[in-house]
Amino acid sequence: MEFFEKLMSIDRRVIFLFVGAALIVPLFLDIEQKIEITPEVQTLYDAFMELPPGSKVLMTFDYDPPSAPELQPQAITALRLCFDRNLKVIIIGLWPMGPMQANLALETIFIEKKYLDREPIYGVDYVNLGYSPGNELVIQRMGSSIPSTFPRDFRGTPIEEIPLMQGIVNFSNLDFILNLSAGYPGTVEWVQFAVDRFHATMGACNTAVQAPLVYPYVHTGQLTGLSGGMKGAAEFEVLTGFTGKGTKFMLSQSFAHIIVVLFIIIGNIAYFVTRGREKEKIG
Amino acid sequence: MRRQIPLLLTAIVGFVYIIQFFIPHRPFNIFEHLFTDWFLIIAACAIWLGVLNLLKLSLEKVYKRGKDWPYSVVTVAGFLLITIAGFFFSGGRQFQNPGTPFDYIYVNIFTPLSATMFALLAFFVASASYRAFRARTREATLLLLAGFFVMLGRVPVGDLITQWLPVGYRLSNLTDWIMNVPQTAGQRAIMIGIALGIMSTSLRVILGIERTITGGE
Repeated sequence: MEFFEKLMSIDRRVIFLFVGAALIVPLFLDIEQKIEITPEVQTLYDAFMELPPGSKVLMTFDYDPPSAPELQPQAITALRLCFDRNLKVIIIGLWPMGPMQANLALETIFIEKKYLDREPIYGVDYVNLGYSPGNELVIQRMGSSIPSTFPRDFRGTPIEEIPLMQGIVNFSNLDFILNLSAGYPGTVEWVQFAVDRFHATMGACNTAVQAPLVYPYVHTGQLTGLSGGMKGAAEFEVLTGFTGKGTKFMLSQSFAHIIVVLFIIIGNIAYFVTRGREKEKIG
Repeated sequence: MRRQIPLLLTAIVGFVYIIQFFIPHRPFNIFEHLFTDWFLIIAACAIWLGVLNLLKLSLEKVYKRGKDWPYSVVTVAGFLLITIAGFFFSGGRQFQNPGTPFDYIYVNIFTPLSATMFALLAFFVASASYRAFRARTREATLLLLAGFFVMLGRVPVGDLITQWLPVGYRLSNLTDWIMNVPQTAGQRAIMIGIALGIMSTSLRVILGIERTITGGE
């Protein structure tokens, strides 16, 4: 009985130790996991595949480094998919760090062997328009005029001098929007303004915490696909046939989830045993 | 006048935004563009305001040797380091380009530090789950079961445990059902509630009934 009482008040550092081990040890293991594809991620992938070559995709990087472990693999996969299918990518950010995260994703891609020979050309195949403050009102302004919202790219080049931006006035000149979001402003605001107001077609990559909040938008068709968290990143990678950090880190996530579930089971057993003893005492 | 002018401006801008949503034509769309541009300018200025405020508070704390003042020294030093590196040593507007000192600090200091802080959450969530997920009541048991199945069903091991079951009845399918049916229904209810709350509060602000925005009671 004393054992269960001790379990009830276990030092949290013990739990930290187990979680730490569950996260670190799998990084050195080579276990293949079967990753099931959810309909939401399949829809997102299909949306990309249905775009004809040359289509213009707006990628909005609305996150910062804390959320990068979940969202950066999704960004890398989406960018790679765009470049492989010859889709033109326009990058913006409603979060100050977003465009920097986009640069990091591009750096990761361009050092790959297949891109060393034919690296996508800045200003022709992709462009980074940088960050603009103003949250959802930036989206609203883009609905009227993208050039007046982003008059220069992040390097300071006037937008009229960028070949990729020729003929792009507002959302009606874009074929697809992919929002990578970790909170506010993010997917909810993009749906409310770009999709509902200006009828843009949009998919989203979210953190696992945020994904449940936008599920209703998937059901109503306001979102064309949703990839949530590390699992979404892994599914996206499986569909594109590329093994990235999403797939690799799923093993750590699996182990960590098992540890947490085991602790919950142990905690409940200890709770019921000690509660039973207390009832006996009262009786 | 200090109260009336902000309230009047709020009412004008609020009504213009509502009208232009339903009538996106002249003159309402012109006013909407104008007000949006104003907002974007104010938002950009607010960043500077925030930065200056942070500096003021931090420097005051250091000067007065307030509680945990050494952390404020780090804040000010970090601010100065990245600002000077970005403004003067990173090629002007090219400061975000790979290889600049600004980029170096961002990639090698800021990114790992902020990612580490966020990663700590995983450990605290695990500890909190252990203590909070107890089947004390019927509602708590429901939450516990939902969390239990979603945690296992969202990772491949969930299907591995239930692979003896026919396809469509495995843990990932149960998780999908939880996410798509009860979870989505709950989210919808919350979203509708929030939307109604925002609408009523916005109307109170636009009509001048809610005056706390001007700093009053």
